[in-house]
Amino acid sequence: MPKLLSGAEIVFKALEEREVEFIFGYPGGAVLPIYDELKNHKSIKHILARHEQGAGHAAEGYARSSGKPGILLVTSGPGATNAVTALADAYMDSIPLVCISGQVPTHLIGTDAFQECDTTGITRPCTKHNWLVKDVNELGGILDKAFEVATTGRPGPVLVDIPKDIQFKKGKYNLRKNKKQKKSKGDFSNKVNNKDLDKFLEMIKKSSRPIFYTGGGVINSGPEASNLLRELVLLTGFPITSTLQGLGAYPGDDPQFLGMLGMHGTYEANNAMHDCDLMINIGARFDDRITGKIDEFSPKSKKIHVDIDPSSVGKNVKVDLAIISDVSELLKNLIKKFKVKNKNFLNSNKQNTSKWWGQIEKWREKKSLNFINSKTTIKPQHAVQRLYELTKNQDTFITTEVGQHQMWAAQHYKFNKPNRWMTSGGLGTMGYGLPAAVGVQVAQPGKLVIDIAGEASVLMTIQEMSTAVQYRLPIKIFILNNEYMGMVRQWQELLHDKNYSESYSEALPDFVKLAEAYGCVGIRASKPSELDEKIKEMLSVDKPVIFDCVVDKEENCYPMIPSGKPHNQMLLGPQDEKEEVSEEGKTLV
Amino acid sequence: MKKSKSAYSEPPKVGKTDHHIIVVWVDNEAGVLARVVGLFSGRVYNIESLAVAEVDKKKHLSRITIVTSGTPEVIEQIKLQLKKLIPVHKVADFSKKDPKILFKELALFKVVATSKKQEKVKKICKKYNSVVLDKTKKSFVIQVTALRIEIDKLIVLLIPLGLVSTSRTGAVAMTRGPQTFK
Repeated sequence: MPKLLSGAEIVFKALEEREVEFIFGYPGGAVLPIYDELKNHKSIKHILARHEQGAGHAAEGYARSSGKPGILLVTSGPGATNAVTALADAYMDSIPLVCISGQVPTHLIGTDAFQECDTTGITRPCTKHNWLVKDVNELGGILDKAFEVATTGRPGPVLVDIPKDIQFKKGKYNLRKNKKQKKSKGDFSNKVNNKDLDKFLEMIKKSSRPIFYTGGGVINSGPEASNLLRELVLLTGFPITSTLQGLGAYPGDDPQFLGMLGMHGTYEANNAMHDCDLMINIGARFDDRITGKIDEFSPKSKKIHVDIDPSSVGKNVKVDLAIISDVSELLKNLIKKFKVKNKNFLNSNKQNTSKWWGQIEKWREKKSLNFINSKTTIKPQHAVQRLYELTKNQDTFITTEVGQHQMWAAQHYKFNKPNRWMTSGGLGTMGYGLPAAVGVQVAQPGKLVIDIAGEASVLMTIQEMSTAVQYRLPIKIFILNNEYMGMVRQWQELLHDKNYSESYSEALPDFVKLAEAYGCVGIRASKPSELDEKIKEMLSVDKPVIFDCVVDKEENCYPMIPSGKPHNQMLLGPQDEKEEVSEEGKTLV
Repeated sequence: MKKSKSAYSEPPKVGKTDHHIIVVWVDNEAGVLARVVGLFSGRVYNIESLAVAEVDKKKHLSRITIVTSGTPEVIEQIKLQLKKLIPVHKVADFSKKDPKILFKELALFKVVATSKKQEKVKKICKKYNSVVLDKTKKSFVIQVTALRIEIDKLIVLLIPLGLVSTSRTGAVAMTRGPQTFK
């Protein structure tokens, strides 16, 4: 008979077995027995956040940059509700998180006890699955299953709610046997069939205006998938665009890469999506920021969709060939077949796609990411470009908050490797970037980690600077400070008659002094002439830095697809807006 | 055309909706019904009726029968989203028009009326496998099993005859013939 262990011990046994190295969390009454047990498990280090949301985003940053699940430990009631934003964020962006929450003792559940809330009820719609543990003997099995659900198929967050009495109670924990597990939901690793592959290749051959449209699924499938994607794109010679989440899967500075697509994507990527005759979607989900007006989305194309989640296929856009598969698995098989069937495809097909490439070059000539630089004020795009130029020679990890700065980062920072770009795309969580950077730095000691931030977003989770200082995590918070909620301001300018309702922050902290108060370094740049030197200063500091980059207050993020418009009707800059206004004789854009 | 002020796209034209019966086999564990129902409410899918009970004691399997309506795309999403839930084993989708499927719903009616009206009620209910479960001088409770639409009609007929209370189970479904849904 196996030795009896307390619930708290079982939690750590399960974590040890999964070789968990870090837990992000915050203690509280209902989770104290687990915290008490922490001292007996030296291989597991706890990172104490300053707020459970921060712990959650840190766990996300850890997961995204390392490919391992992020572990989150919170108490009952407010501990759990504070973690909800991070769970919902991870759910939208398919990030594997295992959240362990304390709960009031079993006999008090349902009595409105102190710090009680219906945690499994609240988190049900923002987790892949959750459990309320009612018997300590089931705890080990549940934790096993929790890891499995979080990390297989389309990854995502799970939550295990453990009442305090269960944490104390002794029970059995059988070591996980390495026996073949029952096939888990969404495990489609061996399902690619030959007929689909043949059809795939046939469509590739027939196409003269093809495009790859790739997303976060490539990143989630592991680094191997990115290598395979590169191989396939090179073999075909086709152009490729990426969603926000997919950046880094394909090198951002490669000539076949058209840049990001979507609402703030490049002119060439969006026009190519609109005019293509074959769209090869690998690991993306036809999100509404990507498709724009759905009935006019890429009207002339045949569409292939590779996704691990069957419910993503056909949800927003009908496709001609759907393949439910892990990206690596599919690409491996496809490339193998491609090489056998299409020897020397690249050269023999050049003629076929030369007109298409010619058209793409014409779109490229628009240089849609261009902006009018200034000698007196720092343009935010310029700041991101300089940051990129000064950091591109080292392995750099970028996180962001949400808003204009996020789009400028996506447009102007070029990523060459997967897992280097952590941003809240689906949920769009302001306050994501700083704690995410904490988690990234934990996973990547010695590497450069920068949060490209906005001053409004960063204030939502600024308390996590304290975490960074405690664990000596030299993250760099690069704030594009325009004193506005920039994206809100932009929409108000374009759509609400310049009524800047509540989007200006009348009072902001002095970020340099704030940095000093936290015990880190504050740097401010307000003139273009000092930008480079200040960035270099930031990079030379081996401590957390808050960089207050004072930028143009009214710069808008272009290009953009205005609401309700198809991909081929982009606004490239302020000129386009004005034309449109006079044309239509309308005061509203 | 008036310009949109929204960052979101305009709603597309809504296609033709159809009634479907979705049958879901689930592990009978805590919260499983909430997961299924929450999925419907969270994604604004419609539930017209819902019937659930454990059908296999040994394996702790429950069978949930949901009557819903939606466009073909919505029905497809309902099935795919349900299949993603961890406790869900299988999902069947029956069109209401499918002749190979049996649909039945049970209803209890309490009628308070004169004996003359009572007789009338019994006569009307007779063709729906009616059983009188309780009887007093002034009232009786009668059970019928019928299609949903028939019960809807019965209710309209019975109200003027003294129907005071109705209880319905929601539809349940089963395939005809020897085969079962795999």
